[in-house]
Formats: sequence, structure tokens, C-alpha cells
Amino acid sequence: MKNHTLTHLKELESESIFVLREVAAQFEKPALLFSGGKDSIVCFHLARKAFAPSKFPFPLLHVDTGHNFEETITFRDELAKKYGAQLIVGSVQQSIDEGKAIEERGFSASRNVLQTVTLLETIEKYKLDACIGGARRDEEKARAKERFFSHRDEFVQWDPKNQRPELWNLFNGRKHVGEHFRVFPISNWTEMDVWQYILQENIEIPSIYFTHERECFLRDGVIYAHSHVIPLKPNEKVEKMQVRFRTIGDISCTGAVLSKATTLEEIVEEVASTRVTERGSRIDDKRSEAAMEDRKKAGYF
Amino acid sequence: MTEFSTAGYLTMDLLRFTTAGSVDDGKSTLIGRLLYDSKSIFEDQYEAIRATSEKRGEEYVNLALLTDGLRAEREQGITIDVAYRYFATPKRKFIIADTPGHIQYTRNMVTGASTANAAIILIDARKGLIEQTMRHTYIASLLRIPHVIVCVNKMDLVDFKEDVFEKIKNDYTAFANKLEISDVYFLPISALKGDNVVDPSKNMDWYKGNTLMYLLENIKIENDINHSDARFPVQYVIRPMSNEHHDYRGYAGRIAGGVFKKGDAVTVLPSGHTSKIKSIDLLDNSLEEAFAPMSVTLTLENEIDISRGDMIVKTDNQPIVTQDIEVMICWLADKQLQANGKYALKHTSKDVRCIVKDIQYKVNINTLEKIEDDKNINLNDIARISFKTTAPITIDKYSRNRNTGSIILIDEATNVTVGAGMII
Ligand SMILES: Nc1nc2c(ncn2[C@@H]2O[C@H](COP(=O)(O)OP(=O)(O)O)[C@@H](O)[C@H]2O)c(=O)[nH]1
Ligand SMILES: [Mg+2]
Repeated sequence: MKNHTLTHLKELESESIFVLREVAAQFEKPALLFSGGKDSIVCFHLARKAFAPSKFPFPLLHVDTGHNFEETITFRDELAKKYGAQLIVGSVQQSIDEGKAIEERGFSASRNVLQTVTLLETIEKYKLDACIGGARRDEEKARAKERFFSHRDEFVQWDPKNQRPELWNLFNGRKHVGEHFRVFPISNWTEMDVWQYILQENIEIPSIYFTHERECFLRDGVIYAHSHVIPLKPNEKVEKMQVRFRTIGDISCTGAVLSKATTLEEIVEEVASTRVTERGSRIDDKRSEAAMEDRKKAGYF
Repeated sequence: MTEFSTAGYLTMDLLRFTTAGSVDDGKSTLIGRLLYDSKSIFEDQYEAIRATSEKRGEEYVNLALLTDGLRAEREQGITIDVAYRYFATPKRKFIIADTPGHIQYTRNMVTGASTANAAIILIDARKGLIEQTMRHTYIASLLRIPHVIVCVNKMDLVDFKEDVFEKIKNDYTAFANKLEISDVYFLPISALKGDNVVDPSKNMDWYKGNTLMYLLENIKIENDINHSDARFPVQYVIRPMSNEHHDYRGYAGRIAGGVFKKGDAVTVLPSGHTSKIKSIDLLDNSLEEAFAPMSVTLTLENEIDISRGDMIVKTDNQPIVTQDIEVMICWLADKQLQANGKYALKHTSKDVRCIVKDIQYKVNINTLEKIEDDKNINLNDIARISFKTTAPITIDKYSRNRNTGSIILIDEATNVTVGAGMII
């Protein structure tokens, strides 16, 4: 008899495709949160698989902090164009200009928290009832408690102590008017799974995931890309370094790592031998022990 | 993750397991130990819990802090909700559902158990079998978790004595024989000190069995999925309506059981229309055969009316189409189940409504006795109930297929999931 077991990557893929199809079936107007980072790129790829040969079924929603790496934006635009996906951009700058969000001050000011304001506004404007995100449970301890279908009340809050039980593959997406859902198809993937899948499927990713020379500086043990977004302190000096990014977010809170990896294989090797979590280079999580839980309760991704 | 081999990932499979045990039996410590000894903990994670342990004046680095993720959990030192954890060895990737043990969290345990291949049941060596052990074992049996691993923990506190372990093993076996559990393993461990978790114990020469990690890596899981009854619940109909794919009509879904091949004669339920499988598609690939739990798109030779909620099955092996079901329900909501109440019901990709016809009995989950004179079904109760549905559903017994034999009930006013059911 033939062996009818799937490899772990195939099983994860199958589960994620199942979740994406449930979204299409259960919601009126879903969108895929697209940051240009590897997790959202994997979600994009999975959604293409889930609905082929139909064209890409959801609009891509990018919450643009205005502090992005140029490479990410170029990548985003080309991807949307190539696959005929509609692109919705919510601008944090605009939220600030309209006085709905207030810019942080100081050396470690970031627009990360402000993203929530813009996201919620965009959801309302386009009447989105589900936002698909690439968050993974292995990323962070509050996320370890997330459901695939995560219910948000009309104030878009996450109530971690009172989540709907999620059993078998029976996802309950029922909601009242004004409420919506966050859906996380790759909940069960780890950083390693994502990289292996990108390698296995030969998925295109932005160039800054590979090693390159960049002007950087060191602060509190984190390597930052030098840009107009982060003002230098007097003692900090800019040097050319050979780096790549492990995650891609807003410039002000994404740390780089020293790396020689030029191919996907080399990235996988590197991830396999790394001793720090990828969010260890995310400054936004370090603000307090419950930083992520608090942001999520307020409606963050 | 230094031990991780990047070459092996194409052949690794996936094991999902859940942990059960009462408060303080050492679940979180055990999971922390598995993660730590398999080198799945990163330096920054370790540093964070080390600092917290120190701040609290604890003697050891408290590995339990790795899994207790919510603020309230860390403050109260308890596990409230299911937390999912991940680790991999060169052989397998593991998904752990760490569930709380208190009776008021039975619903979380049921949630964690619903997708598990294996359950680790912890018993405190000093206490032996207690009510909770019975309850957790009953739930594992009810949810048909294929493999049960009983870990007698805190062996260090009973001087690693063999007779303590043997007694617990015998007591447990006597109890489990009354239940539907086929594959049981027993291990004496110390989660805190690490004995028999990843490394064999130096303190228990008398134990000749495997370590927990060895078991997890080697338990056979091929047969955990039903490979004999081909079932395909249609999730979504794919109609590109483009020039290139003008007539394409594909049925998207995840195979819920068995194997489908190109050319197979199939029947669509509940309508009963028949056809043949024309192709099995996934993006640019066309497959000769596909099996559970693959997500694919089927196309059929004939044009028949098929929509979400229908099930495609092989003509020579059909499930039951019915409006009357008998179910073991685990009640998940604070509000009681309403006798004669109406609920929304989800079964595979099908949404119907149902009415409670009869509450037959409630189970005392600590003693397994049937309670026939109390029909109040409250949070965490388990009961046998008959329902009538507003439209036919296509079912198998849960014992035969967890996907086509499970349902959830939803309160139509609040939209909350209130019941989890296994079809008998
Ligand atoms: N001596 C000893 N103590 C243990 C062992 N396993 C866990 N503990 C302790 O038992 C207490 C409860 O453990 P915890 O993992 O939080 O239990 P949980 O409530 O089941 O998650 C903690 O103080 C642990 O350090 C063991 O094998 N030996
Ligand atoms: Mg615990």
C-alpha cells in the first residue's frame, strides 16, 4: 500500500488553504493584510493556490507607515500588478495629518502603534468584514493564544480571556453588524516553516531579505538601517555593514542582522542555527512584557 | 535549533499533541523541558524567563513561564486558555496544545483535544490517580485521540521508586479498560529535572522503556486518519469566468477522508447525482490522486449543480444522509442548553439549523456514571442528546471519521460557539 502521509509542510499548506477558502465562503468583503514581509507573501502565495485558476480573490491592504524600505514598496506594487490584485493603501501619514493619530517623539519614536488607527479607519472605509493576516503563533506569547478566526467586537477589541472555542476544522465566522474578524491562516507555521516553504515553492521575496551592504548604526545592541526616519544620537556613528533583514516592518522598528546569506538555502541554514527569535530584533515588542497583548487588545494585527 | 537539519525537512511529518493534567501536575514545566532540551528555545526567550524567575525569587528557571502567555496567567501562575507551542526535531514537527486542567476549563481541553494525534496525561506520582485523571482520560477517549501517553511525573519526589510507578500504571489500566483507548504508553518522569523526557533517566534503572521524546518522534500516525472512506466536503466553487478558463468549474475543499483518483465514480450528496472525477488540481499542478487531509480542487465530467455544503464521495462507499442525529455534546457556554432549543449547526462545510429533541443523559465525567434525572446541561457538561436538523446532513460516526462526524452548535442570538458534538 502507498504511504498516505503528508510532509509537515504539505500539511500546513493544506490547512492554510482550507482556512483561506473558509474566509472566501464565510465573509462578504475580506482583505489580505499585506506588508511586503515574508509572512504576508506566503499568505499571498497560498491564496493564489487556494483559488486558482480564478484571479486573486481579495484586495491587498497595506497599512503604510510612510517609513518603509523602498524595496518593499516596489515589491508590493509589482506583485499586485503581476497577479492583477487590487491594492488598498491606508496611510499613517494621512491619519497624522488629519489629527487622528499623534506622532511619537524622541529618539525611539515609531509609527508602529499608530498603524492601528489607520488600519481601523481603512477597515471602516472599505467596509471590510475580515482581514487576513500573516501572524504566527510561534512569534510571540500573546499570539500563541490566537484563534484562526479571531473575533473582534465593534470596538475591534481582542478579548483574549473570552475567545470563541475553535474545534476541529469548524470555523465560526458569524458576527453582528459592525463586528469583524481577523483571520490567521499560517497560525501553525514557524519561522523555519515559512523559509522552507519559500524555498520549496521558490517564492519571490524582496531583495532586502538577502545580504547586502547598507549604512547602519548600532543602538542598544540592535543594528538599525540609517535613514531620515531615525535621528542619530550624538555618540552613534554610521558604518557600512553586510546585513539582511529577518523580518520586514517599519524602518524605525526593524533590526538588521549581520549575514552572508545570498540564497534561500543559505537563509534556511542561517535561520536553523540562530539563537534569538526573529522578534528579538523587533523593537516594538520590547517595550514591556505584555506589549504585544496590549496592542492586540486595542486592535493591532 | 542547532540540531535541526535543513536537508530533512522534505520528509518530516507533523504530530499534534495535547497535554492534560490537573493544576500543578507539571504540564507547563514539561512543555518547557521539551522545548528547552530539544534546543527550541531561543536565547532571548530564555533570558526573559530567567529574569522573571529571578525577580520572583524562584530557585530554578521556571520553564512554565514559556507557555503562560497572557498577563493574567503570568500574574496568577495558571494557564487560562489553550496556548500553542511548536518545536521540531530532525524527524518531526510538533504542535502542542497546552490546555488548562481545572474543571472550569474542560471546554479548552476539548478544544485542544479535537485535533490532537496524541494526549500526554500527567499524573503526580505522590497523588496517583485522581478525579482529574479520570476526566482527562475520558475526554481523550471521547474525542478519540488515537494515542495516549501517561506520564507519571515528579518521580524525584517519591525517590524514583518503581512500585509507585507500577501501582499507578495498574490503577490506570484498570480504569482505561472501560474506555475506548487503544494505544496507551506509560512513562516515569521528572519534568523539572528532565528524567526520561529527552534524556534517559540515570535514577531509574528499572525502567527499560523509551523516553518521552523518543515516543513522540516514533509513534505511528499514518493510521490516525481515515484512509478508506473517500469524503470531500465542498467548501467553495471556483468559477474563474475568464476567457482562458471559460468553462472551468472546480470544487474546492479539503479531503476529509480516504483517497480520490482521477476517473473515480463519485456521487454528490445529498442530491445523489453521479459523475466521474475529471481532474484533481492545485495551482499549476494536476494530480493523479489525492488523499486526506489535502486541500485540492476537483473537476467532474458532468455539469451538475453543486454548491458549498455538498459532499462528493465515492459511489461505492457512501456516508449517511440524515436529519436525525445522536450526539455526545460538550457544552461550552455559560448559558444552559435549552431543552427544545434551536441552534445553528455547522457540520463540515454545511450550515443548517437544528432543534434539541431529547436530552438522554449527562455524564459524570469524574466517575463516568450516567445521570438521567438531571437534564440541566451547563458549562463543561457532557451529555448525550438527539437533534433534528432543518436540512439533511451527510455524516459518518465520529469514531469512524473525526471530520465528517463532528459538529458545533452556535447560539443564533449571540453567534457564540456553545457546543461541540461527536456523532454516535
Ligand atoms: N519536584 C518536582 N517538581 C515539579 C516537577 N514538575 C513540575 N514541578 C513543579 O510543580 C509546580 C507546578 O508545575 P507547572 O508546570 O506550573 O504545572 P501545571 O499547572 O500543570 O502547568 C511547579 O512549582 C514546578 O516546578 C517534577 O518533575 N518534580
Ligand atoms: Mg500550566
